[in-house]
Amino acid sequence: MKTRLTALAALALTCATPALADLNIPNLSYRTGPFAAGGIPYADGFNDYFTLLNERDGGIGGEKVVVTECETAYNTEKGVECYEATKGNGALVYNPLSTGITYQLIPKVSVDKIPLYTPGYGRTSAANGKIFEWVFNYPANYWDGASDIVGYLLGENGGDLSGKKIALVYHNSAYGKEPIPTLTALAAKHGFTLIEVPVDSPGQEQKSQWLQIRRDKPDYVLMWGWGVMNAVAIQEAANINYPMENFIGVWWSGSENDVLPAGDAANGYKSLAMHGSGMDYPVYADLEKFVVGAGKASGAGDQVGTVLYSRGMYAAMVISEAIRKTQEMTGHAAITAVELRDGFEALEITEARMAELGLPNFGQPFAASCTDHGGPGQAMIQQWDASAKKWNLITPFIAPDEEVIQPLVDADSAAFAAENNIAERCN
Amino acid sequence: MFYREAGDFKTRYVDDSQTFPIRFDRWRYYAVLAVAFGIVPFLINDYWANAVFVPFLIYSIAAIGLNILTGYCGQVSLGTGGFMAVGAYACYKLMTAFPEVSILIHVLLAGGVTALVGVLFGLPSLRIKGFYLAVATLAAQFFLVWLFNKVPWFYNYSASGQINAPERTIFGQAVTGAATTPAAKYLFCLVILFALAWLARNLTRGTIGRKWMAIRDMDIAAEIIGVNPLTTKLSAFAVSSFFIGVAGALFFAVYLGAAEVGEAFGIQKSFLVLFMVIIGGLGSIFGSFAGAAFLVLMPVLLKNLLVGTLGWPTDLAAHIELMIVGGLIVLFLIVEPHGLAQLWRLAKEKLRLWPFPH
Repeated sequence: MKTRLTALAALALTCATPALADLNIPNLSYRTGPFAAGGIPYADGFNDYFTLLNERDGGIGGEKVVVTECETAYNTEKGVECYEATKGNGALVYNPLSTGITYQLIPKVSVDKIPLYTPGYGRTSAANGKIFEWVFNYPANYWDGASDIVGYLLGENGGDLSGKKIALVYHNSAYGKEPIPTLTALAAKHGFTLIEVPVDSPGQEQKSQWLQIRRDKPDYVLMWGWGVMNAVAIQEAANINYPMENFIGVWWSGSENDVLPAGDAANGYKSLAMHGSGMDYPVYADLEKFVVGAGKASGAGDQVGTVLYSRGMYAAMVISEAIRKTQEMTGHAAITAVELRDGFEALEITEARMAELGLPNFGQPFAASCTDHGGPGQAMIQQWDASAKKWNLITPFIAPDEEVIQPLVDADSAAFAAENNIAERCN
Repeated sequence: MFYREAGDFKTRYVDDSQTFPIRFDRWRYYAVLAVAFGIVPFLINDYWANAVFVPFLIYSIAAIGLNILTGYCGQVSLGTGGFMAVGAYACYKLMTAFPEVSILIHVLLAGGVTALVGVLFGLPSLRIKGFYLAVATLAAQFFLVWLFNKVPWFYNYSASGQINAPERTIFGQAVTGAATTPAAKYLFCLVILFALAWLARNLTRGTIGRKWMAIRDMDIAAEIIGVNPLTTKLSAFAVSSFFIGVAGALFFAVYLGAAEVGEAFGIQKSFLVLFMVIIGGLGSIFGSFAGAAFLVLMPVLLKNLLVGTLGWPTDLAAHIELMIVGGLIVLFLIVEPHGLAQLWRLAKEKLRLWPFPH
């Protein structure tokens, strides 16, 4: 008891609250643990884009942006602690980059009235704005991604996948299990067999899983992996001589960090891409001038231009555009989280606007609405060139099969609504 | 001067055998209770509840549970995470199947279910001891996590395998779900912890506890003087698992609100609770509190100090924090191998003589 009281007294002393900022955006990041390889570039890209806005434009609408970083280590308990620690300072929006933490935060943000933005991850059925008022996951989500890959494979096989065997190697968690309902529905529709191969977190040991793949000889292997699991899977696939061009990862399994450890053996590995990557965008000139060159880069500054850095930057760009939209709608610059939600819902990103921001042909244009928080859900396929150490985009944007996905989204969100007594909005 | 037996006259046996025979100790105990029940609920906010108090209270329950098994009965267990998962999933299934029944009953029933599972996995303890038993309980840990991942019935066939705690109320106050006030969360856990700690303390002081300790100290000798190893060991497994199951149910329903078995109840959880028991002190109820406080509060404290006050980068702070906590554990175990509870005991011995030591 005494220890507890002393510790409490000490805690009270050290719980210093950061100064109240005009636009406070917490960054629940992870730079430690088995998922740091993915967490670091994403967090750097996210921070750097806001630094750029502060340095070049003096913030958004004249208000400086303050990004408060909090380390979660991809752990839900620490995620909750970070959320509680940061929400008191007028946090505008959360982007935790973890499906597990997202599931935890969905009920909490709905009560605290803070928007939750989960591009390309989180709970897929949150795309249904009728039920999930505070959650946004445009431009694409897992079920879109699963359908995009199957769409690509259909194109490769002349529109017919019947009799094919497709294996799904997935992180055995909420994240990895997300695509299974869609793939099961698509398997029934197109007549292929789905083999589920779970990998327990963190996934450093996958010998038995790849032995199973070697035995079953699937025509294609899809992967829903993250962190250290990706690199290990690609190495194991190379070890059993699985043809790399038939191995396709989701967008979280397609960064440089995943393929580089396998060296030349990773050549030909494919993954989804929901945006472009690389340094060929005008925004990087400004980034170099105002952020990296000025020594203000987040982290070690060595991740600029990588796939996940681009994705962090993309998320920051969408958030900043939503803030701008909100400022336009409300007419004042110091917005609140509740106002920002309306901005997210009214947000439209056009190709012209992306080009203005220095990111032409980077992502897909989309427009949100009261019912649609999920965006068009398109993605491209990129392929790794090991000799040039470069990702090449090999397809244009592929559209998901809404006929399959929409009923699944409706069913899952209806189940959530029934469990939590939520009435439909937007009627 | 104040902390002494002298002058504190007992005229009845009941007084003589009470938990806190020294008057000062008793008042200190009442003061802690008064603060915990009467003052903290009015001051607590979301951050203090979710980052500090609720995890501390829940881990204390789990640590007391493991301490009964490992500290009092001498059976090493590495299955704590798995048993917490049993409590969590039992609570989830009960909550969703019988929404009209009070959540308090569900939490206690979840403890009961875990007790049954614990007894089942405790059966090998009649044949095997020490490290071998540890490995058998380790098997329980992996088997249970695998089971809750594999069988969709346990998570009501949800798409992601996550379980989510719906809102449940007691006396009209929500205690689970997102709309719960911090004070309600805190009080719910505190009441359960208080009742269970009181129960544990009195169990360990009575016949049952003495049998457990006899088995721990030398099982053959205990058997010769008439302690039945079957009932004793299994009762230790049952009581311990009950506590751990209740802790798991609260951990999922009140603290996290949503859980995923591999992440929330993995092997790290087993080790964490075992470390709490070892650092706090084996065979001590106070030690369970002290160990839980040390391992729950220290990381939060260090994080606030390094990132909040000193402004270090989060990754550096996270790494240093691991090193400091690890270093402190090593230091404590070298300086005081019997844990924080022994430090407390020594402090009390010194206090008895203060200010005139011989």
